[in-house]
Amino acid sequence: MDTELILKVYPYFLEAAVVTIELSILTIVLGLICGALGATARLSRFKALRFLGAAYVSFFRGTPALIQLFLLYFGGPQIGIQLDAFEAGVIGLGVNIGAYMTETMRGAIIAIDKGQGEAARTLGLSREQAFRKVVLPQALRLMIRPLGVNINAQIKGTALVSAISVVELTYTAQRYIGSTYKPFEMFFLAGVLYLVIITITGKGVAYLDRKVRLPA
Amino acid sequence: MSQAFVEIRHAQKSYGQLEVLKDISLNVDRGQIVAIIGPSGSGKSTLLRAINDLDPLTGGEIWLDGVQVNKALPHRQYEKHINQMRQEIGMVFQHFNLFPHLTVRENVTMAPKLLKKISDKEANALAEEQLDHVGMLERIDYYPAQLSGGQKQRVAIARALAMKPKLMLFDEATSALDPELVEEVNLVMKKLAQEHMTMIIVTHEMDFAASVCDRVLFMDQGVVVEEGPPEQVFKNPTQERTRNFLRKHLEGAK
Ligand SMILES: Nc1ncnc2c1ncn2[C@@H]1O[C@H](COP(=O)(O)OP(=O)(O)O)[C@@H](O)[C@H]1O
Ligand SMILES: [Mg+2]
Repeated sequence: MDTELILKVYPYFLEAAVVTIELSILTIVLGLICGALGATARLSRFKALRFLGAAYVSFFRGTPALIQLFLLYFGGPQIGIQLDAFEAGVIGLGVNIGAYMTETMRGAIIAIDKGQGEAARTLGLSREQAFRKVVLPQALRLMIRPLGVNINAQIKGTALVSAISVVELTYTAQRYIGSTYKPFEMFFLAGVLYLVIITITGKGVAYLDRKVRLPA
Repeated sequence: MSQAFVEIRHAQKSYGQLEVLKDISLNVDRGQIVAIIGPSGSGKSTLLRAINDLDPLTGGEIWLDGVQVNKALPHRQYEKHINQMRQEIGMVFQHFNLFPHLTVRENVTMAPKLLKKISDKEANALAEEQLDHVGMLERIDYYPAQLSGGQKQRVAIARALAMKPKLMLFDEATSALDPELVEEVNLVMKKLAQEHMTMIIVTHEMDFAASVCDRVLFMDQGVVVEEGPPEQVFKNPTQERTRNFLRKHLEGAK
């Protein structure tokens, strides 16, 4: 392995890793928003909203993220959506991971025992109060770890935007192969940086999960 | 027309084709304690849960202290009305349904703080008073997971009482408890009886029903088969179905 080369190029890879981190944060934030809206729709009292939520989930989980990205970035201009590659990456991947997060959040909410909401309603709380004060705080605790799994997948998933030429880690590795002819070193370096980002994030999720855990 | 404190008039409830409650009427006076007994699936829980509209009736009326609980109102108005009515009807569940993310104190104060807008200080005093009443004051800052079943149920009773209800409903409050924990919960219920709390108690414990209740209702297949004072229903039941149930129950208890 050519360590000298790695030492020479790694500052450029660090810059690219910053882009990967930005992409991750933005897509995850957008995903959480879409997930919350999606879960609300899926659990709504109104049939039309439930249908909309289900359609959202089945489209974005039922087609490759890469196709969704191409559809938005290359197909978008045809229907009047002009985005640069970074914007398309954030929106495309954020809305995509939002579909997975919708199901994660919905799963956590419906996993809360029905008796919890009933007990709250019995005391006189409205449906909304019962949800906010009793069901949601318990569901939030329950969804931290599975959302962590979605987040882990999403960080790795940002590599897809290399296909629309966003200069992030994977794209940078490919570009340096063109000039160095050292694919092993370049992909190895990129892989290590992904691993660092994912490990730190995983520790953060585990910390949060521990912090809100109830005494047994 | 003079009205009973609690009135159930021609209660009827169907799930699709299945008729679970068949024209049940029941009057309970203020301070009275009524036990509902009967085999599993006879509709006891459904009737109890109809009283606070947790399981809405498909026919009939529920009245509490001169106000119809399940009156026909437009959706929004009805939500307001029923939330108000439920504040006056305490309910205790078989599986306690304490809020696991809240301490014992917070379990008791959450609803009064939210719905009656009382201050933190008043809420704390209320929690201490109610928990003392059920003998759970020492555990005020514990979480439900740190309590035994009997302790959980006593906290659940305190939580319901903190809303100062006019009526308390118990749905097999001791059925999920280990035998040695039943008595502590029964003692709390007996204490409420001495304080003349109006109560409707679904139970499998005939001895408890006999010692605490003014009246016993025997239900089977969605109808009230027999009702009367405990001495009569337990010692001299007039109906064959009641005799069969009590005999089977006695055998099961041995
Ligand atoms: N949500 C429901 N949907 C359909 N059937 C139900 C539902 N809840 C209760 N039942 C039926 O109603 C009957 C009475 O149930 P329940 O009131 O729980 O009886 P009990 O409390 O006396 O054991 C049973 O046959 C039960 O299967
Ligand atoms: Mg029952």
